[in-house]
Amino acid sequence: MAQHFHRSMNTIAKVSIFGAVFIIGFSAWLLLEINRSSNVTNVGIALPQPVQFSHQHHVAGLGIECRYCHTSVEHSAFANIPPISTCMNCHQQIWFGAPMLEPVRASWKSGQALEWNRVHNLGDYVYFNHGVHVQKGIGCVSCHGRVDQMQLVYKDQPHTMEWCLSCHRNPAQHIRPRDQVFNMTWKPEDIGETQATLGARLVKEYNIESARKLTSCSTCHH
Amino acid sequence: MSRIIRHPSRWRRAVWAGVAAALLASGAGCKQKMSYQPRYDPLERSEIFADRSSARPIPAGTVARGFLRDDPEVFLGRKENGDYVTEFPFPVTEEVMRRGQERFTIYCTMCHGFSGYGNGMIVQRGFSPPPSFHDPETREKSAGYYFSVITNGYGAMPGHAHQIPVSDRWAIVAYVRALQLSQNARLEDVPAEHRKDLDAPPTATAGPASSHSPANSHSGGAH
Repeated sequence: MAQHFHRSMNTIAKVSIFGAVFIIGFSAWLLLEINRSSNVTNVGIALPQPVQFSHQHHVAGLGIECRYCHTSVEHSAFANIPPISTCMNCHQQIWFGAPMLEPVRASWKSGQALEWNRVHNLGDYVYFNHGVHVQKGIGCVSCHGRVDQMQLVYKDQPHTMEWCLSCHRNPAQHIRPRDQVFNMTWKPEDIGETQATLGARLVKEYNIESARKLTSCSTCHH
Repeated sequence: MSRIIRHPSRWRRAVWAGVAAALLASGAGCKQKMSYQPRYDPLERSEIFADRSSARPIPAGTVARGFLRDDPEVFLGRKENGDYVTEFPFPVTEEVMRRGQERFTIYCTMCHGFSGYGNGMIVQRGFSPPPSFHDPETREKSAGYYFSVITNGYGAMPGHAHQIPVSDRWAIVAYVRALQLSQNARLEDVPAEHRKDLDAPPTATAGPASSHSPANSHSGGAH
């Protein structure tokens, strides 16, 4: 009876047993990389919005402070999107007739809220709290990037669990003085310090919990 | 002995069914149902209400626990007889002043300018200029009047009650008083031991931090 397989199949069979390890490894790596890519995390992607609001113009151009609009960020879990009345503080006079602002005026007249598309949206199983991060010295820029340079706002950081943990394991590398949280350009060198020494000092001063506690499941998932 | 042991093939079938069910269940996990739970995030869209807003308007007369506004001096800036209060209804400490400086910088400088001359960036872009805090008639207004204007607005200025809590409004009024003092101060008003500091270059750490450059922060004082 003739051989069913050619003699070379011996080699191919052996190689494929060895190669399976790499194929499985490669598939796992590919999945993780897809999960980290901007296709999944939306990093760098500006979403369509009802009004082409430019943070660059309002923050860098005019010098409006973050908290003028995001009033609840210091004490609330949620950093609020401002109500239309905040827009109208200025736009009742400035650019009042601009076609670009028509949705704002329509909302002001009708009372119907503008429906913004949420750029930073964590899973419902994560209980993120802005207030505690602001109070403990995490700068806006650390998680949101240079919003003052964004014409249309987009996600600057992946906001994956891996990314959250990279700071929760060692908060000293990102912590800054409380009064510099809203400063987009602050660097530890500005006050003649290095992040390592300043961070270690502030972690003590602000009573930051241990990495063990900060990385406990129930710290964010409760 | 029970019948089950006499039919092991049933067990095998059950195991395979279990594996298939587990695979199906893991597939269902890809719908991310834990990410979109049947509850509202703040400001999330709702399909229930006609205005598509899950945040509902508060019925008139609602008082949140701990928010009863029963003291007209604190919450309205007025005495029982309706006159504006002339004294602050709380002790003005350095902490209050620093808070006031910070909040003034966030909420007021856009129009009133960093030193209160009414030449802020929004005014430079065409908004009706507010009166300077350093005009004689503005200086004469009572503390309660300032509190009331921040709360309810005046002229072109809209009320800022929805942006600034009551205690911060008072802190801002205290800081405006300090600005008024500073812009009309004489050398004799400065304590003798601090007069030499006036010639020293300004320090980078003075004042509350913000994203503005120091050059911007003090441009209002160049009068």
